[in-house]
Amino acid sequence: MTQTCLTFRDLTLGYNSHPAIHHLDGAIRKGSLTAVVGANGSGKSTLMKGIVGVLKPMAGEVIRAPGVRAAYLPQQSELDRSFPARVVDLVSLGLWPKRGMLGRYTGEDREAVSQALMAVGLGGFEKRPIDTLSGGQLQRTLFARVLLQDADLILLDEPFNAVDAKTVGDLIALIKRWHGEERTIMVVVHDLDLVRQNFPETLLLARQPVAWGETRETLKPENLLRARRFHEAWEENAPWCEPDEHAHDHDHHGHDRDHHHGAGPRAA
Amino acid sequence: MDALYSLFIAPFADFGFMQRALFGSLMLSLGACPIGVFLMLRRMSLSGDAMAHAILPGAAAGFLFYGLEILPMTIGGLIAGIIVALGAGAVSRFTIQREDASMAAFYLISLAIGVLMVSIRGSSVDLMHVLFGTVLALNNEALTLIDGIVAVTLVSLAIFWRALVAECLDPLFLRSVSRMGSPVHFIFLGLVVLNLVGGFQALGTLLSVGLMMLPAAAARFWTTRVEPMCVLAVLIGFASCIAGLLLSYHASLPSGPAIILSAGVVYFASILFGTRGILRARIIHHRHRTA
Repeated sequence: MTQTCLTFRDLTLGYNSHPAIHHLDGAIRKGSLTAVVGANGSGKSTLMKGIVGVLKPMAGEVIRAPGVRAAYLPQQSELDRSFPARVVDLVSLGLWPKRGMLGRYTGEDREAVSQALMAVGLGGFEKRPIDTLSGGQLQRTLFARVLLQDADLILLDEPFNAVDAKTVGDLIALIKRWHGEERTIMVVVHDLDLVRQNFPETLLLARQPVAWGETRETLKPENLLRARRFHEAWEENAPWCEPDEHAHDHDHHGHDRDHHHGAGPRAA
Repeated sequence: MDALYSLFIAPFADFGFMQRALFGSLMLSLGACPIGVFLMLRRMSLSGDAMAHAILPGAAAGFLFYGLEILPMTIGGLIAGIIVALGAGAVSRFTIQREDASMAAFYLISLAIGVLMVSIRGSSVDLMHVLFGTVLALNNEALTLIDGIVAVTLVSLAIFWRALVAECLDPLFLRSVSRMGSPVHFIFLGLVVLNLVGGFQALGTLLSVGLMMLPAAAARFWTTRVEPMCVLAVLIGFASCIAGLLLSYHASLPSGPAIILSAGVVYFASILFGTRGILRARIIHHRHRTA
């Protein structure tokens, strides 16, 4: 049971020629539950965007195992909350992978929508306009949509923001249920205690993987310290590549240095 | 009874040009009003206005070479509209400039070229005709064209409905599950141009956007769902066309402005009395439920 779901090969992702994920190599096992941790600007969200394909790699590639469908819950949703839609309309978008643009929604689909809402504790919210939802309720609605997408690979970017403690518990339970169903899950989390308690594996990022593997090992104090120090070093100095492998990149970085001073880390 | 008949029915029963005007404007509402709803929901209400100005040089070019003929003017308008839509879109995508600014630049240039072209050949009467249209002079050719545009619009909306709603509601989600995002945006812009071009013979380039936006803006005050909003916008469009034509007939007013002003009256009424309008919000504030 060591099939890979995702393979990163020399993956570099970024914005305006500034790398936010730098030459990442490695693989995500099928059915694994991985927490992605790191400071602001360490490339967590960027990695998610790269995996789901909304951000094209600057170099290298992400290889998905054939037939793997991804569901993605972004940190900053581009959701238009003033759009006249009800909760059921928003959640039903999750049927897209199954029904596509033209397929009719069946009674079974509608049942699935209410089941998904029930699962996130929003049973009976179908008819509510989305502009009347609280932040946490909206987040749970989006979870219901992910649930409905029935994906093999689930990417959640800081899903616990603005969510109360009880709901975090519910959502964690949901994630564990997915884990039990052999789905591959990656979650960006800031709360390290939460990671230690619930996630078997962790990827600690600071633009490059500082540590990656079993959570207890990865989150050792020395690794965390390294992650922090590495990050600070990056702000002061331009990034550097191995000369033999990525010779052409050096021009870029020399150039970037001038621009990047004082700009701070990019939102990731 | 007779008075009612002569007020509401007789103008349409007795005059062929009124029947055509009614039929043409109702068809226009059927296509343009749902498009207006989506323009509004995408916060592109003023882009519609800009696009309406942008089709002028194309229409003028058709007019310049073929005279006051519907087909060349329509095709010209279509080409000009598409050039401006794509040009403004491309500038905003490949440069730092936002779409509102590039759209403004493109349509102003386009409008100036259009006015210039009309003035080279025609009299100011012709310019007035292109700018303000004449719904009372719709010929069979124009009606056929409008029918075709409405058919294309409704079929496209039916096919792309789900993608269009998804693109408005949550574009990032759509990008994560499908590649339809960009195509659907451009298809939608195409439909906008098409409906404006369809409307300019009847209402003129300046006012054709009115039949698109005003019913949509009014419908927003009555419902919280897209589907009923589109239906309601179409009904408001219908009512405005009928009221406008009657007003135009009885009071000898120009038909285009009369139709748009009728829609304007519905809009103001909706602001005040709509279920999401001002008065209702004030009254409801005094009462609330326990949970």
